[in-house]
Amino acid sequence: MRFWRRSAEEPEEPEEPEAPQEALEPRAAPAEGWFGRLKAGLAKSSARLNEGLNRIFTRRRLDEAALSELEELLIASDMGVRVAEEVAASLRRTRFNQEVAPEEVRAALAAEVARLVEPVSRPLVIDRERRPFVILVVGVNGSGKTTTIAKLARHYRDEGRRVVLAAGDTFRAAAVEQLEIWGARTGCPVIARGEGADAAGLAYDALLEAQKEGADILLIDTAGRLHNKAALMGELQKIVRVLKKLDAAAPHSVLLVLDATTGQNAHAQAEAFREMVGVTGIVMTKLDGTAKGGVLVSLAEKYGIPIHALGVGESAEDLRPFEAQSFAQNLVGLEP
Amino acid sequence: MFDTLTTRLGDVFDRLRRRGVLSEGDVAAALREIRVALLEADVALPVVRDFMAAVREEAVGENVLRSVTPAQMVVKIVHDHLAAILRGAESEANAEGLDLNAVPPVAVLLLGLQGSGKTTTAAKLAKRLKERERKKVLLVSLDVQRPAAQQQLAVLGRQIGVPFLAVRPGEKPVEIARRALASGKSEGCDVVLLDTAGRLHVNEEMMLEAAAVRAAVNPHQSLLVADAMTGQDAVNLAKAFSERVGLSGIILTRVDGDARGGAALSLRAITGKPIVFMGTGERVDALEPFHAERIAGRILGMGDVVSLVEKAAETVEREDAEKLTRKLESGRFDLDDLSSQLRQLRRMGGMGNMLSLLPGVGKIKKQLSEANIDEKILKRQEAIISSMTGAERKNPKLLNGSRRRRIAAGSGTSVPEVNRLMKQYQDMAQMMKQMKKLGPKGFARHGLPGLFPGGAPRH
Ligand SMILES: Nc1nc2c(ncn2[C@@H]2O[C@H](COP(=O)(O)OP(=O)(O)OP(=O)(O)O)[C@@H](O)[C@H]2O)c(=O)[nH]1
Ligand SMILES: [Mg+2]
Repeated sequence: MRFWRRSAEEPEEPEEPEAPQEALEPRAAPAEGWFGRLKAGLAKSSARLNEGLNRIFTRRRLDEAALSELEELLIASDMGVRVAEEVAASLRRTRFNQEVAPEEVRAALAAEVARLVEPVSRPLVIDRERRPFVILVVGVNGSGKTTTIAKLARHYRDEGRRVVLAAGDTFRAAAVEQLEIWGARTGCPVIARGEGADAAGLAYDALLEAQKEGADILLIDTAGRLHNKAALMGELQKIVRVLKKLDAAAPHSVLLVLDATTGQNAHAQAEAFREMVGVTGIVMTKLDGTAKGGVLVSLAEKYGIPIHALGVGESAEDLRPFEAQSFAQNLVGLEP
Repeated sequence: MFDTLTTRLGDVFDRLRRRGVLSEGDVAAALREIRVALLEADVALPVVRDFMAAVREEAVGENVLRSVTPAQMVVKIVHDHLAAILRGAESEANAEGLDLNAVPPVAVLLLGLQGSGKTTTAAKLAKRLKERERKKVLLVSLDVQRPAAQQQLAVLGRQIGVPFLAVRPGEKPVEIARRALASGKSEGCDVVLLDTAGRLHVNEEMMLEAAAVRAAVNPHQSLLVADAMTGQDAVNLAKAFSERVGLSGIILTRVDGDARGGAALSLRAITGKPIVFMGTGERVDALEPFHAERIAGRILGMGDVVSLVEKAAETVEREDAEKLTRKLESGRFDLDDLSSQLRQLRRMGGMGNMLSLLPGVGKIKKQLSEANIDEKILKRQEAIISSMTGAERKNPKLLNGSRRRRIAAGSGTSVPEVNRLMKQYQDMAQMMKQMKKLGPKGFARHGLPGLFPGGAPRH
């Protein structure tokens, strides 16, 4: 549980010195404090925003021109025009025409972003009463579902839970093998059938098996699918239906995996997956690149779906809890 | 979105026309609407800026202002500019696909971010080259990073009957690439198609590796595989891949999704390289030559509307359509015409299902439901009209309060419902007048707003 909710008394681990070094040894970087890793991941995102802020605001009056440049910086984070305008407008209300230092603007900006994502910053809570706790992982092709499952598996295994993985992607070539490799690496059994098998049937078997084995958590991988394909979304609904035959409350969590590189289409994805399979939480991946994940801010406003965690790399350790303050502060380049 | 942009621009130009003079503010407002539309479609900010500079003059020029439908003119100007940029000058040479004119084996390298669709695209491209161009292709995976990535390509290779270079455990990407080329030569292959690991453009080590692979095999084509759903980050990745590794073209994937695809413009503008193919599905044959027009329309949200109109046109009976055209030409539109339109709409009711097949359909579906294409309502509205006298239908001006009360009672509806219908009618009649100026062609193109009066039932 600690992983998901950083407790106040937990001592802050020493921060990594600088982002560029991180970039030189990216793949198998040693584990650091989660915050250091999050920062390293987000550092690249914020570097550009930061640069822009400094250029705009060093010794400057917060006038219309400055505000619209600020708005553009937010737009460049994929926040969406409307929300970026709102954030800029809230600065206009409070700071207009004041002489402002970049630090000040950044703090105000971070506060505003944090305010917007705070309500959705919620950890994934595993209800111990529900065993196995079934987590269905969904998303468009290539968003990072399988890797996210590996990351979750590693995390819960480290907590000492009994985790079972279900290779529900029976469509993509070698998807089963991919999950099996992750299962072996994280020490979790993988329940699989051959390629082309019925995904719902596999999910059913997997839950049955996990129940028999007395597993704590069942993580179900699914094939990537575009949210506008009715037939594929129907298949996903079928998976949910058959799970309910064994456990009326299952799946206990439906995680939507979103790629940070995605622009405004993330809205359509969230809407469709939510409508079809009742998404209960979001994990955003690939925040270790330059993509800023600003779309989370507008998603938070629009749908209020809890955001659980961020993916910041390709190894099983690279998952961070979503935390409004640090997300916002890192995004605008402030030290938390 | 196309509708939204047209409507918003319409508002701007209406205001401007009432005053008769064009202020700086009006120009700015019109340009702002275009800018927002592009940003909402995920065109990257710096690209939007350049684009705006390019269309600015034309979009607020004399021609637009004197036009009867300035908003639509502007949309057309924007659309044509978009298409021109996307099409580019090179694409004619590439109309039928990829330039592979080099000494065989010709190396083709696929690059991109994680999860952009490189491996699937490698298989699609191999299949296409094999079947359409009778090339002997060797598939090679340099992805030693992602678990089972090599196996994925091996499986796909088997599926499409294209040989796959056997994996040697522990071999580095550059070594695999060299071996692939040597093997391609000895086996007499025409093309060696190299799939690479997904990499972030900020990952120094991985970018160096990509550059090293490129140096080792000197590919005739280095293609960036990028997702049509990409947002603002398209600029960063396009810059980094073209500067650090070097690109000759772009393949846009997941065009079968409903993203507006503004990234296409960003990628094209930043790299200056043509978009050669687009991926339109998960199956190995879902690869098509890039259609600039289609993507331009989509960025503006028009493509779907056009295809919807086409479908609608099939549904509308020929006779009715001709009658409507005649009405259009005469500039008169009465309640009988509205009644027949309502009937047509009802026939289109079953379109909901068909709609979900089209890309970008979420928006339209919403429009449809917002426009209340609801059988029951349409039936009630038809009932209202049929409770009117012939004279009233021909001359709606007759419909005063007491007549409306009579009609409401006669049709089992209410006066507000009758009023709503009349408002809808007036909006449509207004639109018809404008259509008339465009002529029948104009109707074919802009027919939809006529069928779905700007949200009339929401009044
Ligand atoms: N840099 C980075 N790469 C990631 C992250 N999460 C996933 N990836 C990579 O993205 C690629 C796709 O990830 P997968 O986990 O296979 O994605 P998926 O959603 O299961 O894909 P499909 O099953 O093909 O739909 C892989 O190369 C992963 O290593 C992340 O947080 N950061
Ligand atoms: Mg997967």
